Amino acid sequence: MSISLFYFVAFLSIFFALLVIFAKNPVHSVLYLIVTFFTFTIHYILLNAQFLAIVNFIVYMGAIMVLFLFVLMLLNLNEGSIGSKSNLIKMIGVIAGMCLIITLVGSARVLNASEPLVLQTQDLGLVKNLGKVLFSKFLLPFEVSSILLLSAMVGAVLLAKKEIKQVK
Amino acid sequence: MENVTQAIQGVPLNHYILLCTIIFSIGVIGVLIRRNAIVIFMSIELMLNAVNLLLTAFSVQHNDPSGQVFVFFIMALAAAEVAVGLAIIVMIFRNTNSTDVNILNKLKW
Repeated sequence: MSISLFYFVAFLSIFFALLVIFAKNPVHSVLYLIVTFFTFTIHYILLNAQFLAIVNFIVYMGAIMVLFLFVLMLLNLNEGSIGSKSNLIKMIGVIAGMCLIITLVGSARVLNASEPLVLQTQDLGLVKNLGKVLFSKFLLPFEVSSILLLSAMVGAVLLAKKEIKQVK
Repeated sequence: MENVTQAIQGVPLNHYILLCTIIFSIGVIGVLIRRNAIVIFMSIELMLNAVNLLLTAFSVQHNDPSGQVFVFFIMALAAAEVAVGLAIIVMIFRNTNSTDVNILNKLKW
């Protein structure tokens, strides 16, 4: 256990994130994305945010990625069915992304926030501590998010179901 | 658990910013260069996760649990967004028999 673990996991995150967007087959993209999210879970554990690590593991890797995989399998997209953009557009896209990296890194340098990360209280990200905050300070947003999830569920069912022909 | 958290003791906050910036930009590049709507959605998930990690890092830095609660809300939002988005993609697939975003150019100027 040393400081290099963070850099190793960070390298893995970037590597698999790159594979996500450059993989030809969308199924491979989903699988690489699952690995990327797993590295993010390790990041959360390193930050001692155990609740978020578990939620990330269960909700993201378990639920959302399975949803992606299901839709991908249902639609039965072949590898060659969707072409790629022209090389010019790709180059312009990559250059634009690099410009974004340079701009954000340049502005982060000005922030001068380079002091080492120190965990002041060990139980910051534990369920007990977060639950207290969630159900006192953020009670209203919590309830609103439940309505959001309900409306999303209704909307998804409405959008995805077949239109019933009105025969009169 | 103690020796696990020892590992981050000493990682500068700048490096977290750098990592999240790179992942976010990879997501942006993915949105720009891919034509499959599902891969574009996955790139958006990548961007959301980069922001989540940065919020957690700042929450640890400032010793404030609010940041991690925000991450929890973002995850709920992402779940809702993915459900609706994938429903829309399924609907598009039913109408056009493809998830290529270049087919959907009726509103293009």
